[in-house]
Amino acid sequence: MARAVTPARKATVTVFAWGVGLLIFFPILWTILTSFKTEAEAIASPPSFVGFDWTLENYSTVMERSNYFLHFLNSVVISVGSTLIGLLVAIPAAWSMAFVPGKRTKDVLMWMLSTKMLPPVGVLIPIYLIFRDTGLLDTRTGLVIVLTLINLPIIVWMLYTYFKEIPVDILEAARMDGASLRAEIIYVLTPMAVPGIASTLLLNIILAWNEAFWTLNLTAANAAPLTAFIASYSSPEGLFYAKLSAASTMAIAPILIMGWFSQKQLVRGLTFGAVK
Amino acid sequence: MGRIILEQVTKSFGDVNVIPPLDLEIEDGEFVVFVGPSGCGKSTLLRLIAGLEDVSSGQISIDGRAATELPPAKRGLAMVFQSYALYPHMSVRKNISFPLKMAGLDQAEQNKRVEAAAKVLNLTDYLDRRPGQLSGGQRQRVAIGRAIVREPAAFLFDEPLSNLDAALRVNMRLEISELHNSLETTMIYVTHDQVEAMTMADKIVVLRAGHIEQVGTPLDLYRNPRNLFVAGFIGSPKMNFIEGAEAAKHNAATIGIRPEHLSISKSEGQWKGTVGVSEHLGSDTFLHVHAKDLTSEPITVRSDGEVDIHHGDTVFLSPQDDKIHRFDKEGLRIS
Repeated sequence: MARAVTPARKATVTVFAWGVGLLIFFPILWTILTSFKTEAEAIASPPSFVGFDWTLENYSTVMERSNYFLHFLNSVVISVGSTLIGLLVAIPAAWSMAFVPGKRTKDVLMWMLSTKMLPPVGVLIPIYLIFRDTGLLDTRTGLVIVLTLINLPIIVWMLYTYFKEIPVDILEAARMDGASLRAEIIYVLTPMAVPGIASTLLLNIILAWNEAFWTLNLTAANAAPLTAFIASYSSPEGLFYAKLSAASTMAIAPILIMGWFSQKQLVRGLTFGAVK
Repeated sequence: MGRIILEQVTKSFGDVNVIPPLDLEIEDGEFVVFVGPSGCGKSTLLRLIAGLEDVSSGQISIDGRAATELPPAKRGLAMVFQSYALYPHMSVRKNISFPLKMAGLDQAEQNKRVEAAAKVLNLTDYLDRRPGQLSGGQRQRVAIGRAIVREPAAFLFDEPLSNLDAALRVNMRLEISELHNSLETTMIYVTHDQVEAMTMADKIVVLRAGHIEQVGTPLDLYRNPRNLFVAGFIGSPKMNFIEGAEAAKHNAATIGIRPEHLSISKSEGQWKGTVGVSEHLGSDTFLHVHAKDLTSEPITVRSDGEVDIHHGDTVFLSPQDDKIHRFDKEGLRIS
């Protein structure tokens, strides 16, 4: 029997949902607010919410001091590049595992996932040395390679789950209908796989955009993406919360906007398969 | 044309032998139903004919042409799946025309055939919808439409009605039978429902554990079941079986009597029992009679709808002597 939805229950749930939502969003909101404060107001106690003198000074300082567009461009190249190369490798891999599974398919998948259990810092030194010796340190190419590799297990897993959801019956129907392998892929499989591929793409761009461990450790100035740009404002000479917040806001803004516009696709992607 | 011959066909999945060597001939234009309990290999057999599974050994020929090695696309067969297996991203029109497009027919011919099929199947108003916007029965019709447009040598149906509700199932059963009458194409139909098998088939193939238990017309199987399994499987409600002394009187290990071949009386008869559950269907009443000295299972009796017998009444049952089926120790029919 379905539970009765009383107005009181509905109100409780609504309040609770808003509470959780705000809790999650609060740090981002606080960062954005702080970015419009002066340094003094940023550390004032008690903090003020909106009753401060709004200023754009932090933004202009940040723009003056660092080359935002270089970092922005680096972020775009690194996140989009690594995701696209990752997809190029992962689509055939996930495809074959979903449609022609072998005895060891499950093991291979688990093994791929297990690589994500390794603490990255454990391989930092060897990778750093390899990068140093091959001249990949502080290059976009180097970062694209390393981010492709670390996100590949997730890309493969996501695509695998998607492809698994495509009913085999439909592919068999296509075969019965006289479709060759090529026609089956073009007319039936691809159109059904595209939504899955799209949300994998979006999610991985976000993951790569926000990745900080490798991007901070393997870059200096040339290839530094926005994560490194933020980090450069948490300097040892003193804390500049307002400037740090301005830099953070500028770094997350593009991905936030992209996420907003592709919300529907992303939510579908993340909950896909949960409900039939 | 659609004469299909299976010779010594076997299928194993790893070490599991699903189909032992099996021979079967399906004549052109026949409506053949594969029936059996779940896991009996009927769907596997259909998939072997379709080419969706490869045979482990043996030969399949379609219209005198060796088809064992042919991929599904080259066998000239059409299949309707239990899940309908429509292409969710295509409109009904595109779904139905897909096999024609694959066959390389020109657009005008495709349209002509799609519209003809849609008319037959009452789908004309839905041609521009997506499968997701259709009801179960309509989806089923689209699946059938997709099968008929290409004029295949034979149609294969894999439990096509099991996702439909009871009323719709009866309708679709009639529609498929009508379709067979008008197209006169070979149809192979897989079901676990003996009512579908009895009502639709020209020829029923009863399967158990990959073995063919019996092949025959519906009435053949009803009248002369070859063994206990077929006797129990064909007919609804199922045949009553009695073992022991009563069976020995008929020189058999087991005797079988169908519910409709027993008469019931309150005053006299051969077997005495007590009425348990009675199921009133209006036209008929099925009485479950407990006769402890005959068998531990209740005996089902078919009586007319207005019968005045109630739970707990003592009754007497009399079988029609010429309708008693006799089986030996191995469960085989004694004729």
